[in-house]
Amino acid sequence: MVTDSGLSANIVRDPVTEQAELSINMGPQHPATHGVFRMVLTLDGERVVDVYPHIGYLHRGSERLAEGENFQQITTLFDRLDYVANFNNEWVYVRAVEKAMGVDVPERADYIRLILSELNRIASHLLFYGTYGLDTGAMNPVMLGFRDRERIQQIFEGVTGARMMHNYFRIGGVKEDLPDGFVPAVRALLDQLKVGYEEARGTLTESEIFIERTAGIGAIPPEDLLDYGVTGPLLRAAGIDYDIRKADPYSIYEELDFRVPTGQTGDCYDRYMVRMLEIEQSISIVAQALDKLPDGPFLGRVPRILRPPEGDVYVHGENPRGDLGVYLVSSGGTVQPYRLKIRGPSFCNLMALPAMIRGSYLADATVILGSMDIVLGEVDR
Amino acid sequence: MTTGDRPEEPAAPSPIEARVREIAGDSAQSVDYSFDELQLRVSREAVVDVCAALKSDPELDFKYLRCLSVVDWQDELEAVYHLASLSHPHKLVIKTRAPIDDPWIPTAISVWMGADWHEREGHDLFGLEFRGHPDLSPLILYEGFEGFPGRKSYEMPEQVTFYGD
Repeated sequence: MVTDSGLSANIVRDPVTEQAELSINMGPQHPATHGVFRMVLTLDGERVVDVYPHIGYLHRGSERLAEGENFQQITTLFDRLDYVANFNNEWVYVRAVEKAMGVDVPERADYIRLILSELNRIASHLLFYGTYGLDTGAMNPVMLGFRDRERIQQIFEGVTGARMMHNYFRIGGVKEDLPDGFVPAVRALLDQLKVGYEEARGTLTESEIFIERTAGIGAIPPEDLLDYGVTGPLLRAAGIDYDIRKADPYSIYEELDFRVPTGQTGDCYDRYMVRMLEIEQSISIVAQALDKLPDGPFLGRVPRILRPPEGDVYVHGENPRGDLGVYLVSSGGTVQPYRLKIRGPSFCNLMALPAMIRGSYLADATVILGSMDIVLGEVDR
Repeated sequence: MTTGDRPEEPAAPSPIEARVREIAGDSAQSVDYSFDELQLRVSREAVVDVCAALKSDPELDFKYLRCLSVVDWQDELEAVYHLASLSHPHKLVIKTRAPIDDPWIPTAISVWMGADWHEREGHDLFGLEFRGHPDLSPLILYEGFEGFPGRKSYEMPEQVTFYGD
């Protein structure tokens, strides 16, 4: 019984049983919703009976805007989708156009993309680590997480000139070569990240309060997760080792040695743990890629004006939040896409939110929502 | 030089093509390839049955709906289902069309729960009714928004085209 009455709380009383349900609104301006996300919770005492999510507050029409821009310009729109994992977004888009055009990517560009994307995965998970600490009542993680994330951001700024909206990946390569001193700087960064990772162990990973707060809540059966289209750390936490870097390998992931961490129950603690273990794996991936980083051109031979042949391609990649897909339809001979559909992982993950929260305590609702690590820029697009 | 995602030319017949043809049977309007992906076209009346059969078939096992897109072809609206299997390395694209003056397609929510918001989004932006969907209230747009901003016919006055055809 969802009463969508705007901003105030609302009591609905059953005329026969005299039982009352309280309907409260949470968001869109609420610190625990991690953006402009709103949900209406129906409560029976302390228990959540139903949840109705509302999205769309950040809808900018990215898909439609893309139909009016050249293929090279659309990278900027992808920066603004998942704004804490910009490189991962850009990468999937440029791969989609490269597939449609049949463009070759120089090996060095592939390595540069991979190094930056994996660093961005670490930065994104560190942001999760910090904000999830806040969600569960710990103040330290946000300081530690942002400190390490800032170190990564400085590397990004040195490479691309921008802290967030990099617009660095190009169709067929990257914008410019890595700056001098990049490799030693990243090696030093990885050492710092390893220290920070050990510190996290004390703050959350082994904290009894945190485990009590997160273990055993938010879990739904793995089959249901798959049915909803949930991917990424949420799915892996439930024990399904579906990682596109392994299941449908792209770029040079096949040449690198890493494993896919999985959880067992899929509760909020497992989700946290999977992300932390992914940080460890990403540090190893970056270290391996730095060792192998080849010399050579950073941008392939690409026509100045791109006109992909008629047809449609669907390309996906492993974003920090899951399976980011780009469906690109080209009508042939035009410099703009006919249709560009973005399958955002947070968008699909959010569909499972009511099933995860239903039946839990109200106090756990924010903890469950936080464990999903949504980014509204990519939910609303 | 690595070839990245460059499709192999020519696209080799996919091992699942025969099985897909067998399951789709008479419902299949065409089976072809776009780049390296197998595509199946079915009528809108048959699409849900075909999807359900493809999902429950153990050899195909398309339990994961990767994406559901709506494409406006001016005179027709097209729903595109991207499927994947987690137990096999199989992928499939299903396409079905509805005329723009009678825009409905049956909902696939009974097959995959994950179709829910994709269909609501398609209803919002393209005015394609997913018949049988339990809740087609606005998801992306606000209540009372006029028009279908995903359609080509929707005017976007502030849009500037720099160069192109």
